[in-house]
Amino acid sequence: MNFDFSDDQKALGEQLRRALDKASPLGETRRVMMEREPYSRAAWTVLAEAGALGAAIPEAYGGVGAGPLEVCIAAYELGFALASTAYASSFQCSSALLRWGSDLQKEKWLPALASGAAIGTVAFSENGAGIEASAISTVVREGKLYGAKQAVLDAMSADVAVVSALQDGKPLLCVVDLHSVGVTRVPHDCIDPTRPSGDLVFEDAPCSVLQNTGFSSAQEILNLGAVVLAFEQIGAAERALFMARDYALVRKAFGQQIGAYQGIKHKLADMYLKIETARVHAYWGAWAISTNAAELPLAAAGARVMATEALDSAAKENVQVHGGIGFTWEHDCHLFYKRSRAYALALGPALRWKEQIMRQLERANVS
Amino acid sequence: MDFSDSPEERVYREKVHAWLSANASPAVAEQDLSVVADADNVPRAKEWQARKWAAGYAALTIAKEYGGGGEAPIKQVIYEQEEAKFDVARGTLDIGLGICIPTVVVWGSDAQRDRYVKKALSGEEVWCQLFSEPSGGSDLAALRTRAVRDGERWIVNGQKVWTSGAHFADYGLLLARTDPAAPKHKGITAFIVNMKAAGVEVRPIRTMAGSAEFNEVFFSDVSIPDSDRLGPPGQGWQVGLSTLMHERMKAGKGFGLAGWKKMLDIARNARIDGAPALKDSRVRERIADNWAQEQALRLLSFRAQTALSQGGIPGPEQSISKLVDGTLAQQAAAFMLDLVGEPAVYAAGSDSPLRSVYSSWMWAAATRIAGGSDEILRNVIAERVLGLPTDARPDKNTPFNEL
Ligand SMILES: Cc1cc2nc3c(=O)[nH]c(=O)nc-3n(C[C@H](O)[C@H](O)[C@H](O)COP(=O)(O)OP(=O)(O)OC[C@H]3O[C@@H](n4cnc5c(N)ncnc54)[C@H](O)[C@@H]3O)c2cc1C
Repeated sequence: MNFDFSDDQKALGEQLRRALDKASPLGETRRVMMEREPYSRAAWTVLAEAGALGAAIPEAYGGVGAGPLEVCIAAYELGFALASTAYASSFQCSSALLRWGSDLQKEKWLPALASGAAIGTVAFSENGAGIEASAISTVVREGKLYGAKQAVLDAMSADVAVVSALQDGKPLLCVVDLHSVGVTRVPHDCIDPTRPSGDLVFEDAPCSVLQNTGFSSAQEILNLGAVVLAFEQIGAAERALFMARDYALVRKAFGQQIGAYQGIKHKLADMYLKIETARVHAYWGAWAISTNAAELPLAAAGARVMATEALDSAAKENVQVHGGIGFTWEHDCHLFYKRSRAYALALGPALRWKEQIMRQLERANVS
Repeated sequence: MDFSDSPEERVYREKVHAWLSANASPAVAEQDLSVVADADNVPRAKEWQARKWAAGYAALTIAKEYGGGGEAPIKQVIYEQEEAKFDVARGTLDIGLGICIPTVVVWGSDAQRDRYVKKALSGEEVWCQLFSEPSGGSDLAALRTRAVRDGERWIVNGQKVWTSGAHFADYGLLLARTDPAAPKHKGITAFIVNMKAAGVEVRPIRTMAGSAEFNEVFFSDVSIPDSDRLGPPGQGWQVGLSTLMHERMKAGKGFGLAGWKKMLDIARNARIDGAPALKDSRVRERIADNWAQEQALRLLSFRAQTALSQGGIPGPEQSISKLVDGTLAQQAAAFMLDLVGEPAVYAAGSDSPLRSVYSSWMWAAATRIAGGSDEILRNVIAERVLGLPTDARPDKNTPFNEL
């Protein structure tokens, strides 16, 4: 039994914590928001230099060839820093290329994704209907893409996207260079401007199909994203809990620290409980990815549901513990509050993942 | 990251499993938790303990010189995982073996260890824990039972309450106040008390589940030889703390309360508006939520097991698990009864298919109180893990007899 990360993996985490603390403090995330940048170049550079962007990409394609556990560790630190990067999206994109890309497709994109020269994302949802197969109306015809994808996380920063579409009526995935003629990015006002989403509109856009993909491929990639994003969510939740704890130790009311009141103590204990129960789910998800376990759909959904709840609770109760100052633009509480919602919505809401849990349970436990 | 046993652990698991297969039959469906502390269950529990003792599986982690297995804690975990697959008398002797005896091993003199440990491990003598009183459960240090020194013996007067298994116990681990002039935590001493001694009176208290689990225990001029004092006078609080640590470790192990599989089963058969309840999205969400919490408990135990497997000490997983478990089981059981609807009012029947759910619903309420209540555990997490201030304790430094 070794339900833990290795010492090397933990050391990578510590290294990233130090580097992100310098390069991407909360002020950097705020700067991204104020200057309406699509992401933090400073944080991205840290990831590139630590080899975290190519952690799960083989050395033959310019990666480090470590594995998904390293990706999870890095995601956790990004969450703790509340950094503005397309890390999970880029990992999903490169994972799809690794699984179904031709040699040519891999050679074209993977080295750039591994070095950080390119940012990747995935575009599945459209028509206000989420990711269901029946919602797909984007089509591939003779190597060109037509249609629109909605609420694509990191659409504004990505260079390349893996897109779900129909070809001859059948769902598949294809790769699109987002700098091509025929691709339009449509910005929107997002709940969390530090992690902006946008629409992608394709009109005669050149694309190349990923072989042997179908609708289940999108689900597979979402499962990977759910686990990695869960680590980000838990990192952010822990940071919010620490903020609340630190404030509870200094703020006084009625002659004592607010942290001496059980109303506050028990609230913080509950935040901690949610984080720790989510953490073990995320670890299980990491294990399932790294071993390609049959339990991955269940583990990914568990991680997604629990981590979403952990960050929701930590972010909103952090505001609560801060009182009036927590509701101000100046204070950092709202960065977490907004991030919590953005991450709850990206990859689809918890309700949908709970349905995935149920389907897996029914399958595992046929009466 | 992996969930497999080390080669050594695997060999041990196989050995344990083979022994269990030869000595017990496979587990039956659901256990009715009410029988655990039932006196009727004692002979069976003693018989099973004697067999474990003979085979070397009694108290695996206690040192060999005191009659234990002298094994690393991970072996105990493996043994318990395997034993759970068999139909054996479980739980009845846990307070003695899991809580009292480890305390005697830590605090006892050589003579006390020789006298008490082996007889308990072999299932001959049963123990109970005499801590809680009418004046203090969570606030254990407020206890009032008095022990007064009289030469080479102590005379005890007072009352304990909620003492599980006192009605069939041979010995008890007792905390009593020996120095009322000292502040509350400093004037307490621990003793080993013979439950059959003159002046000990045990009166059963029925639980809400109807069962005879716990008791009131009255002490009227009970004489305890000084050789049965456990640890130095005035150190009873420290003795009690090591007991409570063992109690919470035990508590984190899960209670076998009804869970998602049972829920799925019920939802397959129950109907809402004429359709199977399992098709109802509200029901589906509840089952998914329940599974996620249950799975978290399982995974938390793997984290603890990892720490033990690597020779470390588990973190705060046990407090977390106990906190999650009680509330989860209580909500889950109520939901299962609701799913069945009106006919679930018959769940209390001994032949009802919902009997285990009913019993789970009852015992979940106890889980949230015994061995550190939900509120106390939240305080523990807030104070020890998160570093928040302790609650104001105005009585902490005042001599007990001036409170
Ligand atoms: C089934 C069962 C078996 C038991 N077996 C034994 C046994 O074998 N031996 C033994 O010694 N004891 C036993 N107990 C007793 C158990 O340890 C106590 O019930 C428990 O410690 C709570 O104490 P209490 O009952 O006095 O409740 P109280 O301490 O009076 O608590 C009442 C309520 O106040 C809350 N509360 C108390 N202090 C605080 C605080 N500081 N902050 C916030 N809330 C607080 C509690 O959480 C609870 O909700 C058993 C109890 C049960 C239910």
